[in-house]
Amino acid sequence: MNAINRLAAVVSLASLLPLSALAAEPGTVEVTHWWTSGGEKAAVDTLRKQIEQDGFVWKDNAVAGGGGAAAMTVLKSRAVAGNPPAAAQVKGPDIQDWGALGLLTNLDDVAKANDWDALLPTKVADIMKYDGHYVAVPVNIHRVNWLWINPQVFAKAGAKVPTTLDELFAAADKLKAAGFVPLAHGGQPWQDSTVFEDVVLSILGPKGYHAAFVELDEKTLTGAQMIEAFSTLQRLGTYMDPNRAGRDWNVAAAEVINGKAGMQIMGDWAKSEWTAAGKIAGKDYECVAFPGTQGSFAYNIDSLVMFRLKDENDIKAQNDLAKVALEPAFQTVFNQNKGSLPVRQDMDMGPFDACTQKSAADFKAAEQGDGLQPSMAHNMATSLAVQGAIFDVVTNFLNDPKADPAKAVKQLDSAIKSAK
Amino acid sequence: MSTIAVLNKASPLDALQRWLPRLVLAPSMLIVLVGFYGYILWTFVLSFTNSSFMPSYKWVGLAQYARLMDNDRWWVASKNLLLFGGMFIGISLVVGVLLAVLLDQRIRREGFIRTVYLYPMALSMIVTGTAWKWLLNPGLGLDKMLRDWGWEGFRLDWLVDPDRVVYCLVIAAVWQASGFVMALFLAGLRGVDPSIIRAAQVDGASLPTIYLRIVLPSLRPVFFSALMILAHIAIKSFDLVAAMTAGGPGYASDLPAMFMYSFTFSRGQMGMGSASAILMLGAILAILVPYLYSELRSKRHE
Repeated sequence: MNAINRLAAVVSLASLLPLSALAAEPGTVEVTHWWTSGGEKAAVDTLRKQIEQDGFVWKDNAVAGGGGAAAMTVLKSRAVAGNPPAAAQVKGPDIQDWGALGLLTNLDDVAKANDWDALLPTKVADIMKYDGHYVAVPVNIHRVNWLWINPQVFAKAGAKVPTTLDELFAAADKLKAAGFVPLAHGGQPWQDSTVFEDVVLSILGPKGYHAAFVELDEKTLTGAQMIEAFSTLQRLGTYMDPNRAGRDWNVAAAEVINGKAGMQIMGDWAKSEWTAAGKIAGKDYECVAFPGTQGSFAYNIDSLVMFRLKDENDIKAQNDLAKVALEPAFQTVFNQNKGSLPVRQDMDMGPFDACTQKSAADFKAAEQGDGLQPSMAHNMATSLAVQGAIFDVVTNFLNDPKADPAKAVKQLDSAIKSAK
Repeated sequence: MSTIAVLNKASPLDALQRWLPRLVLAPSMLIVLVGFYGYILWTFVLSFTNSSFMPSYKWVGLAQYARLMDNDRWWVASKNLLLFGGMFIGISLVVGVLLAVLLDQRIRREGFIRTVYLYPMALSMIVTGTAWKWLLNPGLGLDKMLRDWGWEGFRLDWLVDPDRVVYCLVIAAVWQASGFVMALFLAGLRGVDPSIIRAAQVDGASLPTIYLRIVLPSLRPVFFSALMILAHIAIKSFDLVAAMTAGGPGYASDLPAMFMYSFTFSRGQMGMGSASAILMLGAILAILVPYLYSELRSKRHE
């Protein structure tokens, strides 16, 4: 009996503890994201530390897997249940979809207090707005149209760093003759489409790219240049490892790093692999714009959308997160780890490496003209349904050596039409 | 008097006893009704709407089904299912029966051998898929090993060949399931009356004839159970493909379950995904209903 009494006392005391903690607890900010790889996790930790320093509680809701598909499923079910997190990693046109559901909060006050209109490039700011109001905060800008080169391999094969598609094929031939895999690549639909998108940007130019993937213009999609883009993609496929099916992008990147392959076509997140391997940009590896896309910048912007909350303290915490995400301290650490470009335009680029500095200069140049284009392969240009339709056609085409480019453009057009 | 008192005393308990089975069954019944049939109904409704990345209830009739019929990937997935399902069920049955008959010959160490064949069933399809992905990968598996051993001309690149990748799925699935079929048939074989076999032997029938004409035909119910189990493993196959090929190369090894998941959850085409789910359900019912019908009818005859 005595023991039971004592136990009861302990239990009731224990149950009091979290209660008292709750009463004094400041606002909580819960973030759903899939930044789970080594570098990304370090980046998120800086955000958490900053939030905790400001006196709020950070509740991590990291959902790994499926390139965010798993996290999206969690987010959808929570939103349907009326219990969304404070912030979630949602980007591009999806922000508009969530906005249309009426679930997002209005960040205009935070934006005004911190002068986002001046800090952010107009095109970036527009993506973050629904119906003219800020509903999301951008955290970085990725450039997709990069070519990563191992200079040691190039030197051994006697190849030259390419600036045009013809030079790219010349270099690939040299690499092949010297016994290297010319082009490291992983056979996954999004990787196939990343290469295709760069080829389209190179052959059709930024205006043609815009007509094809943003306006989904039928004439452009079935035109002669698009046929040329498909045959170029097919030719590039002959320089890839035939056993690439299902390979992850970082495994392909490792082939270039280890000197098995000469180059890789991949966005600037590939840099995090080089950094993790202890390599230095400009010395151990080269980054150049994908041949023929100099002056263009296919962007992929990660952002956090903010959901409408009820609790007064939680809203304070949420606003703090929105503010901190754009502060230079976080922008520097986060983007150094992710390999991307800070979204703020007033940042000191000194601490960044040669590749990011080049990226920043190219971004400013591309912003002046038509060069700045949303990435199709990374869900910035179209709805998920249209993107999926393009993925299916492209990946099927690249994996069939006998595929006919003239037929592929017709398939592309009809697939997009039925997905619209 | 006394009897009435006893009755009065017992009646609440009696009522409880009468209600107890229902009370105990109610929660699981509710879960099945809502979580199973309720959601089938919801999926059915969604397949007639224009639901995109969230459910919506704008009625579009059969438009989603029409889009599905127009989708090349759906047809690839369906053809793959026919090919995969047919071969998987056929080969598993043949291999399973063969193993069972061989094991039935009163051999030594039968228990040990039986366990060896049955063990793959203890693995999840994810593990099977991953292991076979490595084995069949031309860059690091059997292909590379045999060539490193000096067999230069050897080439086993089915896993990266869009026309043959389905056979890789069949190999892995058969490896996993045939031991289980063997166990089913072995149990059936042990139930066959030995006097029948002895009688046939007296009549001068050879061993293969006895098995083919007498023993196996008497195992019809076992055959049907095995067929049912294998058929539904084939139709709902998802984990094996996800682990082994992720539908690739391209979408050459896609199966309907993979298609459904990707369209419903990652592509924001919930309406079309639901339509494909309903068609899959239809396929399962087409197999299940005649079976259940015959089962229930034969029960009534007894």
